Amino acid sequence: MSETRELVCIRCPLGCNLSVKLEGGEIAAVTGNTCPRGAEYAVKELTDPRRIVTSLVRVRGGELPVAPVKTASDIPKGKVGDCVKALRQIEVPAPVHIGDVVMENVCGTGVDMVATANVDRS
Amino acid sequence: MKKDLVIIGGGPAGLAAAIAAREAGVEELLILERDCRLGGILNQCIHNGFGLHTFKEELTGPEYADRYIGKAKTLGIPYRLNTMVVDLRAEGQQKKLTVMNREEGLYEIEAKAVILAMGCRERTRGALNIPGFRPAGIYSAGTAQRYVNMEGRMPGREVVILGSGDIGLIMARRMTLEGARVKLVAELMPYSGGLKRNIVQCLEDFGIPLRLSHTVVDIKGRDRVEGVTIARVDGNLKPIPGTEEEISCDTLLLSCGLIPENELSQGLGAAMNPVTGGPFVNESLETDKEGVFACGNVLHVHDLVDYVSQEAEAAGRKAAAYLRGGLEGTGRVVSLRAAEGVRYTVPASLDIGRMEEAQTVRFRVGDVYRDAAIEVSCDGRILRSVKKKVLAPGEMEQIILKKQELEAADNPKEIVISVRTQGQGKEA
Ligand code: SF4
Repeated sequence: MSETRELVCIRCPLGCNLSVKLEGGEIAAVTGNTCPRGAEYAVKELTDPRRIVTSLVRVRGGELPVAPVKTASDIPKGKVGDCVKALRQIEVPAPVHIGDVVMENVCGTGVDMVATANVDRS
Repeated sequence: MKKDLVIIGGGPAGLAAAIAAREAGVEELLILERDCRLGGILNQCIHNGFGLHTFKEELTGPEYADRYIGKAKTLGIPYRLNTMVVDLRAEGQQKKLTVMNREEGLYEIEAKAVILAMGCRERTRGALNIPGFRPAGIYSAGTAQRYVNMEGRMPGREVVILGSGDIGLIMARRMTLEGARVKLVAELMPYSGGLKRNIVQCLEDFGIPLRLSHTVVDIKGRDRVEGVTIARVDGNLKPIPGTEEEISCDTLLLSCGLIPENELSQGLGAAMNPVTGGPFVNESLETDKEGVFACGNVLHVHDLVDYVSQEAEAAGRKAAAYLRGGLEGTGRVVSLRAAEGVRYTVPASLDIGRMEEAQTVRFRVGDVYRDAAIEVSCDGRILRSVKKKVLAPGEMEQIILKKQELEAADNPKEIVISVRTQGQGKEA
């Protein structure tokens, strides 16, 4: 039994339209990708979808009340919501620098949450 | 104050232009930024997806900006924050800027060259003509983005977004992640104005419906938004009676596109392209005012900051060449024309003698096309035809023109870029 799944690659802003051919539930072929990352994405998306999460963390004594953060690498899509909730529970002291780890091993994903902007003391 | 080069705007375009100009040897330069930090709009774009072309890694907006800010500081490029340019005029080759800030008040700067890098702003509700009162709870998507991402404040809990531009899509995800309920995104056109990847990862990932060919016809509530009425529109974009649907919400975000911020360019009297809202420029990104260059979103609205940086670097290099007296025209000028399906081209003309070996031409199409081709012709002769699976107004396209192929042509006059559809091609 073969079936085709249409996906949009989100690995870069080109957004290639991918066609994934499934034979008996197994991925047989990926077409439509401009680069190898597209094929990789299709396989991942159908077996273990992952996302990078970007959000905010509250900052104490900073020039801004919040600092933007991201997961240092992608995490399972199903954990995105928990990850953001966990961030709401914490507050970090200023100054914050790009790359500072604000939360280790977020929600047991093995991935750290790192700051993505500098926030000086107020 | 006298400077060789003044760069108006300290966002991604201004920073990249300044760095390129300094690296090309311009000593006396200055960046003027009206906000309280460098980086422009990138500071509030905390999502990832920036810099894949430039740095081969996926950065967030503030990280992307920081790379350029760091470099500008290392190079010792001077800048002034909280500083507004209120007037720009050209007197012969001399440019005069009237500038204002709190510390120094109002003063004048004379510059030999100027780079316009003011960026763009959002279309406002006034331009959209939605009837009803003006209750609280209506924001442009960019304003909401600044509230949420820089000030840590949520504009509301139940949200409807009108317009599917990228900022609206990104905010649908941001607000959902921060605990709001985004009920739907309504888009007037039959296609989205945003990138496909944003539809996937900002809407589909969270089950937020995208209603194409829909608009907001009424806003309920006197003091605070209590709900909106949406309706389907016909082929002429007019609401179809009987298709109204009421949606309760406390917040309406408007993401209805961006327009270059060109009051200064207009005041200067630079020739403007009504399609882009930005000035006409030649291959050196110079406006029709000698020594005044433009790059980034003030020239035409981009979807990728990487291309803004590239364009701005070119503007910085060209401004440096101009200051060295190395940007003399050769008179062998070819005009570029956007035809069938193509809305505009940047640049709008090029000097064959002066152009670099390869010239990037950027443009947008006016409709969605499938299995079409971009055709480039010179005085009726087809130079090349590039197949495209999908072309959409939301995605900027580019082609490269080679100096060699134009040198080979016999006194070329006009290059035409158009969309060629094969068979039924065009999508309704
Ligand atoms: S396939 Fe490659 S080029 Fe296409 S969207 Fe994915 S990463 Fe980008």
